[in-house]
Amino acid sequence: MKIIVCIKQVPAGEVKINPETGTLIREGVQSILNPFCEYALDEAIRIKKEQEERGGEEVEVIVLTMGPPQARSALLRCLELGADRAILLCDRKFAGADTLATSLALSEAIQKFEEDFTLIFTGKQAIDGDTAQVGPELAEHLGIPQITYVTSTNLIPERRRIQVERETENGYEIVECKLPALVSVSSGSNILRIPSFKEIINARRKVIKNVIADDLSKDTSRFGLSGSPTQVAKIFPPKSRTGGQKIESDDPEAAVSRLIEFLQENVFVDKE
Amino acid sequence: MLQIDLEACNGCKLCEKTCPFAAIVVVNKKAKVLENCTLCGACVNVCPQHALNIERPAQLSPEELTKYSGVCIFAECEIKNEPQIKPVALQILEKGRILADKLEEDLSTILLGAKNSQLTQTLISHGADKVYLCQHPLLEQYSTEGFTNIIAGVIMQEKFSIILFGATPTGRDLAPRIAARLKVGLTADCTGLDINEDRQLVQTRPAFGGNIMASILSPYTRPQLATVRPNVFPKGTPNPERTGTIKEIPVKLNPKGIRTKIIDSAITQKEETIPIEEADILISAGRGIQTKENLELIKELAEELNGTMSCSRSLVDLGWLPHSFQVGQSGKTVSPKLYIALGISGAIQHLVGMSSSDIIIAINKDPDAPIFKVADFGIVGDILEIVPILIKQLRELKKN
Repeated sequence: MKIIVCIKQVPAGEVKINPETGTLIREGVQSILNPFCEYALDEAIRIKKEQEERGGEEVEVIVLTMGPPQARSALLRCLELGADRAILLCDRKFAGADTLATSLALSEAIQKFEEDFTLIFTGKQAIDGDTAQVGPELAEHLGIPQITYVTSTNLIPERRRIQVERETENGYEIVECKLPALVSVSSGSNILRIPSFKEIINARRKVIKNVIADDLSKDTSRFGLSGSPTQVAKIFPPKSRTGGQKIESDDPEAAVSRLIEFLQENVFVDKE
Repeated sequence: MLQIDLEACNGCKLCEKTCPFAAIVVVNKKAKVLENCTLCGACVNVCPQHALNIERPAQLSPEELTKYSGVCIFAECEIKNEPQIKPVALQILEKGRILADKLEEDLSTILLGAKNSQLTQTLISHGADKVYLCQHPLLEQYSTEGFTNIIAGVIMQEKFSIILFGATPTGRDLAPRIAARLKVGLTADCTGLDINEDRQLVQTRPAFGGNIMASILSPYTRPQLATVRPNVFPKGTPNPERTGTIKEIPVKLNPKGIRTKIIDSAITQKEETIPIEEADILISAGRGIQTKENLELIKELAEELNGTMSCSRSLVDLGWLPHSFQVGQSGKTVSPKLYIALGISGAIQHLVGMSSSDIIIAINKDPDAPIFKVADFGIVGDILEIVPILIKQLRELKKN
């Protein structure tokens, strides 16, 4: 059984904007594996171990990403954490892709190389773009059902089903779905796992397959910037608020009295 | 148009069962498309033989672009004792009215459900010219596939230029599915919408956790799709005298076309509490409260001020409060009349979710905390010391 985990490498810190040129300052910003992708990977590996323990079907966890050559380091981290092998879609022709072009490239790679997959995991969103669109778009391209905002999963291989718990706006839902399916994961343990020395060594022996646009299709204009319907017209810094009065005082009672006066002036608290 | 590869088709009838508009039939073990096909793509999506295909051009010619007109809003509903239109849908309806007026085009809405046709008047009185009403028992509950199939069909039939969804969990599940089916662009979580001189939709959204704003266009594809953050645009005043047209769309849904099934659901957020995005006064707690027990203090203050409790991401990560209480980029955007940040340092991801509040008050130990840069009034101090004094003084004031 193949489980594919789609991951993204994201900037670790704050990305700033050059006020003169209006472009992003990327220098000196480190990259990390998107936390929601790590939760997704954890879930895939948990299923793999669970199947091993119960003597079920063998599970192969394949991580897939599209990105610059540096994205290899995010894939390597996934291999250290227990994924079996990795695929990197890396080509200038993929660059500048919006969510539609990204999801299309991922779907074509899956159809070409891993068509017999059972399950696809994604993180609910990446912390840099926050769109949460690539997962559902990928599911649509592949013609499979999707379940988003999932907090826990229970695979039922004998019935070719998966049961999940997902967040809703005011609670949760238990949803059952036919396989193959795509599941986007919204939570997991927050402790960044540190792989063991043995896992790090093992990861170096695992395969990271490089895929270029021509490997996927003759018509590469559907990928990258040329395949992206959305265009960024301009970027600019957000409007900022300016701070008002700030009280630094040794007398908390007096500070609170001033606060109450402020609340009264703005009619949140009645006078007298 | 819909192309059928007759060699690949094995007559399994899945397309016939899935088509929400009864526009494809299997005759002599081969699929046959009828004239009422809306090009919604539901059959393409489920065909196990990949025998069905719809050519959708990657770019439209200038002449084709002009064939698309009108603004359409997905009228997301919720059930609070009885079905009602979600506040965000009324907010984007008001914004959609402004956009439609600028374009001098119609404002339409799509309303899906089982028994909620009574809501059409609400939509009209909030500015809709037309309501596309789709009623079916299988539409009572949201499902990605059921809703996508029908909405994609209506969109393709009517050729709207702009379609807006609330950026709610449902909107963010549904809109990308529709965008991918129609092979068009989608901009997530917009906080600004406008029409430019080329009659294009200018979609503005925060990127990189709110550090940067980006304006996005979809110049060569139609429709232009966007999800819109709740509570960014005000909802308009309804005019019960307004009139509009209601167009009923006959739909035929088969449970087989919906591959997900909700087995159980529970509401963990109490009914009597106001959702944080609707509250006028929010008392918001961050890591500075130190222990879960100290949440009681926040609750007490919230009661004194008739406010609602919310929090920063760290308390949700610790499991002290549910996700529905979270303000910020990965939580909810709020714009209350008063926001009191207690022990919240004010990371950019938090600020982006609350900086449109009318008045912000911050109490924090760290005089350099970024929250003070957006606060109208700040006290540098330990909330565990300040908040009890505040509660005490408020109570004394009430007694007098």
